[in-house]
Amino acid sequence: MLTGRAFKSGDNISTDYIIPGRFAHLRSNLPELAKHVMEDADPTFAARVKLGDFIVAGTNFGLGSSREHAPLVIKMAGVSAILAKSVARIFFRNAINLGLPVLLCQTDSINDGDKLEIDLKAGTIRDMTNGNQLKFSPIPEIMLHILDEGGLLPYIQKHGDFKL
Amino acid sequence: MGKTLAEKILSTKSGSEAKAGDIVIAKVDLVFVQDVTGPLAVRQFQAAGFKHPANSLKFAFFLDHAAPSPSYELSNDHKLLRDFARETGSWLYDVGQGVCHQIVAESLAKPGDLIVGADSHTVTAGGLGAFASGMGSTDIAVTLGLGKTWLRVPESIKVILSGRFPDGVYGKDLVLHLIGRIGADGATYKALEFSGDAISNMSIPERLTVANMAVEAGAKVGLFPADKVTGNYLSAQGRKADYQSLSPDGDAVYEQTVNISLAELEPTVAKPHTVDNIALAKELKGTKIHQVFIGTCTNGRRDDLAVAARILKGKKIQPETRLLIAPASRGVLMAAIKAGYIQTLLEAGAIILPPGCGPCLGLHQGVLAAGETCLSTANRNFRGRMGNPESFIYLGSPATAAATALNGEITDPREVI
Repeated sequence: MLTGRAFKSGDNISTDYIIPGRFAHLRSNLPELAKHVMEDADPTFAARVKLGDFIVAGTNFGLGSSREHAPLVIKMAGVSAILAKSVARIFFRNAINLGLPVLLCQTDSINDGDKLEIDLKAGTIRDMTNGNQLKFSPIPEIMLHILDEGGLLPYIQKHGDFKL
Repeated sequence: MGKTLAEKILSTKSGSEAKAGDIVIAKVDLVFVQDVTGPLAVRQFQAAGFKHPANSLKFAFFLDHAAPSPSYELSNDHKLLRDFARETGSWLYDVGQGVCHQIVAESLAKPGDLIVGADSHTVTAGGLGAFASGMGSTDIAVTLGLGKTWLRVPESIKVILSGRFPDGVYGKDLVLHLIGRIGADGATYKALEFSGDAISNMSIPERLTVANMAVEAGAKVGLFPADKVTGNYLSAQGRKADYQSLSPDGDAVYEQTVNISLAELEPTVAKPHTVDNIALAKELKGTKIHQVFIGTCTNGRRDDLAVAARILKGKKIQPETRLLIAPASRGVLMAAIKAGYIQTLLEAGAIILPPGCGPCLGLHQGVLAAGETCLSTANRNFRGRMGNPESFIYLGSPATAAATALNGEITDPREVI
């Protein structure tokens, strides 16, 4: 069970909003890079986010570049899952590969600051603030297995290969 | 039931009858990284316990995004990649050789290949009929170690192109129009497959421009069939043996069809801050532009510089507008010098940058000031993309870019050709 607060963001949050290219020189210095997480979307995000919190987005979250540093700095900030109406495909793979769940669901009824409780196994999201219960779309099986192992590296270290 | 291009290639590479929606494990022909995704890929490769890249695949490193390096941190990243490439016997395309996607098209990709790169614009090679898709560093690290990856076989959207481009209208206008029509997530997880009678009149550089921006509609891949034009392009690169013709089956099943008549297109521009925020160039007349950038994996090829040189020959750009030009590869630069384009562009007032990504992603070589506007031939106009979230980026063709540099404001190139 995951619990935390919702950080609401809009549609089309690009990887340039999440971690801009101008910080590319910090990519081999992850603690420094992570200070700039979501900076161009919400300059106060890094200071406010706490361990376990959720990013709750609209459509097409994570569009743009293939930089895995985007989900990486979100994970480093303590975010335990991203909820979105839709997500760009490279970002989706990258997040799962890092063991960061991305859950596709209707996010309109969730307000900024709402306390959420997520049951990954049951596929449910409970909004403790307004009492709503939501379901998220099933995660494709191979991604679920990768997620279960904590990411693609632990998955490969355990299985040695992809298992269908 | 027949197969789409995506299903055909992934069937071959997975050794199965791959249909849209299937998850397959597919053998990869070429895997590559660039300098801002490569260091993490190398670290993940080592963390996974891999010692050597899989023997079955080709592997290449490109130092193009920060080229040459503007900071000691990126210089250290370059060194890490050079060292790893040397230790593993991988191909290294060092600073100054050009943008990864251009070199992949010129020298490495062939029809029917499965290519994955740690860069979202890996889709560019779809212009040659290769199933080419971008991934992140960890996926690339594992592909490098295993020689294969998992893929969901995408549903395909058939884009039927008919007729011919009018004067002043190019592949860039076509793809901007398409993205404006279907939206920045209109093809998410899907393949865009291009077909129709117009294709045989489209050059490979034009196809590469269109395929390059497939990802701006969310697509996994943008695929052109491989035909005589593809064969001639490969032959001209000294790679005749790399050619095979490739087309979808006549009874392939598509998720949807989009029809575009090229004759009806006009010079098109994406306005800040999303690529699907489309207008016609003529509707934006009067929009002051401080910097024009011609280059990138989208539009930094010889033909693009030729279009710009033709518009600017014997003229001077607006003194208050900077014109930056980054040829997509060393080969492009040398061809442009030989053809006289570089001389023409310099005389018109342009600044020539080294082959590479240039100012496209805000790392160096032309970061915008607060409140400044840029008209760029690149593929992205997200806020902050060119290094300053307080600046504004418009996207257009090289012709629109050159006409805009001439007038200092967004200009329909048909006014000046």
